[in-house]
Amino acid sequence: MVQKNDSLAKLQYGMYKLKAKDLNLYYGKKQALKDVTINITANTVTAFIGPSGCGKSTFLRCFNRMNDLIPDVTIKGEVMIDDIDIYKNIIDVYAYRKQIGMVFQKPNPFPKSIFENVAFGLRINGEKSKSVLEETVEYALKQAALWDEVKDNLQKSAMALSGGQQQRLCIARAIAVQPSVLLMDEPASALDPISTAKIEELIYELKSKFTIVIVTHNMQQAARISDKTAFFYLGELIEYDNTDKIFTNPAKNATQNYITGRFG
Amino acid sequence: MNKELISANVKDKVFKVFAITCTGMALLTLLILIIDILIKGLSRINWSFFVNLPSRHPEQSGIYTALAGMVSLLFITLIIALPIGILSGIYLQEYGNRNRLAKFIEINISNLAGVPSVIYGILGLELFVRMAGFGNSILSGALTLALLIMPVIIVSTREAIKAVPDTMREAAFGLGATKLQTIWRVVLPASFGGILTGVILSISRAIGETAPLIVVGALAYVPFIPEGPMDQYTSLPIQIFNWTSRPQQGFIDNAAAGIIVLLVFTFLLNGIAVVLRNRWYRKTTA
Repeated sequence: MVQKNDSLAKLQYGMYKLKAKDLNLYYGKKQALKDVTINITANTVTAFIGPSGCGKSTFLRCFNRMNDLIPDVTIKGEVMIDDIDIYKNIIDVYAYRKQIGMVFQKPNPFPKSIFENVAFGLRINGEKSKSVLEETVEYALKQAALWDEVKDNLQKSAMALSGGQQQRLCIARAIAVQPSVLLMDEPASALDPISTAKIEELIYELKSKFTIVIVTHNMQQAARISDKTAFFYLGELIEYDNTDKIFTNPAKNATQNYITGRFG
Repeated sequence: MNKELISANVKDKVFKVFAITCTGMALLTLLILIIDILIKGLSRINWSFFVNLPSRHPEQSGIYTALAGMVSLLFITLIIALPIGILSGIYLQEYGNRNRLAKFIEINISNLAGVPSVIYGILGLELFVRMAGFGNSILSGALTLALLIMPVIIVSTREAIKAVPDTMREAAFGLGATKLQTIWRVVLPASFGGILTGVILSISRAIGETAPLIVVGALAYVPFIPEGPMDQYTSLPIQIFNWTSRPQQGFIDNAAAGIIVLLVFTFLLNGIAVVLRNRWYRKTTA
């Protein structure tokens, strides 16, 4: 058993889904990320932890170029998916973002029906076939463990759902376009403990199909659901290793101090 | 009890009474106005008042041509003002850079909304009636009114779009939507109620405008229905204005009846705007 796991790890060692190399990011003149280099393995859950303002959300947003939307951002270095540099000019950012699903801190469903929320990604791709839309919506809602709760009310406004349901709807909306990567920016921070548990369970199940990167303030959450953990501090990647190593035997003092609650 | 506390309490009560009195005075004025108009005009409101042409005899006069003129005028005004106003609002809010020029434009559009309407009339007279050669036509009137209500539409469109949270835009961009798709499929539907409210309020403003139409040459006596945008026309406020300047009591009563019709229109439009705003507010926040 142990041997099998080891060989699997070796097999995946060369299969990094996401990479960043010497990434520097500036908001105007203020540097928010300093020389961040990281390799993220396919079909794992990677947690970014660190105190507020350490750059972890900013870094997450580099992977789907959401920082492009903010004026005055300068990015230097490489960010790669499947060894393709996504900041090269030839990349069509809109097509690229379809490969990357994103779930935000606060549930942000559109003020449309549940069905239209999940179908949104397909509709903007020009999908008109009713059967394709219906199948995909059902598939995505099942994947997001929301189908049983909403299957009879697909035409109901998404705004009428509870916060936890809305967040799972946002996950369904993200995976309906069949991305290979899911970026989650503190997806459970606005939810109650029961909804949080559901989301965590979901993340655990989804990692067989997606490469998941999650930003979290909650260290127990990182320890529970992630395979690897990256600790950020003041814009730098301080330590990046297997989650159990980070939480039991971190190499750096700063990591040790943060996870034991001495600051942050 | 502490002396200071008591005096503060008295001041508070005095101010409250003062505020209530002021509100009461405003409401009383409106009430007297409406009652006066109802007494004078209500007896003239009947079917023939709506379908008769204007006439020398007050009891045979009607507002048929004025209503027809008003509807055609509003229709053309909206065709012109809606696309330009809404698209300008979208541009300024979603595309315009946040630089000094944008702020300058922003302030000036708000200022435009406050320019006295007769100034627009003078502008319309020079620009559309004389330079463009449209004459005293509906088109000239509609273009002038369009200029008048455009700032209102632009400002309310911007406000409605601004109220759409950025998280919605992020969600759409995150799914790979282009800017156009995000605006078209997310921002506009979410702000539709607010934009519509602004549009309705601007219509109710355009309905009541008299001064600019007099300047650009709406006629007081029009015994025919306008058939095209280049025809001459009259409008309900113009008709009312004309009647009030006649010496006969019969025409004064006609004016009052016309005012009732105009008031019903404006109240109705404002009512719809309020209902839409509330419904939209519930939909986006619930």
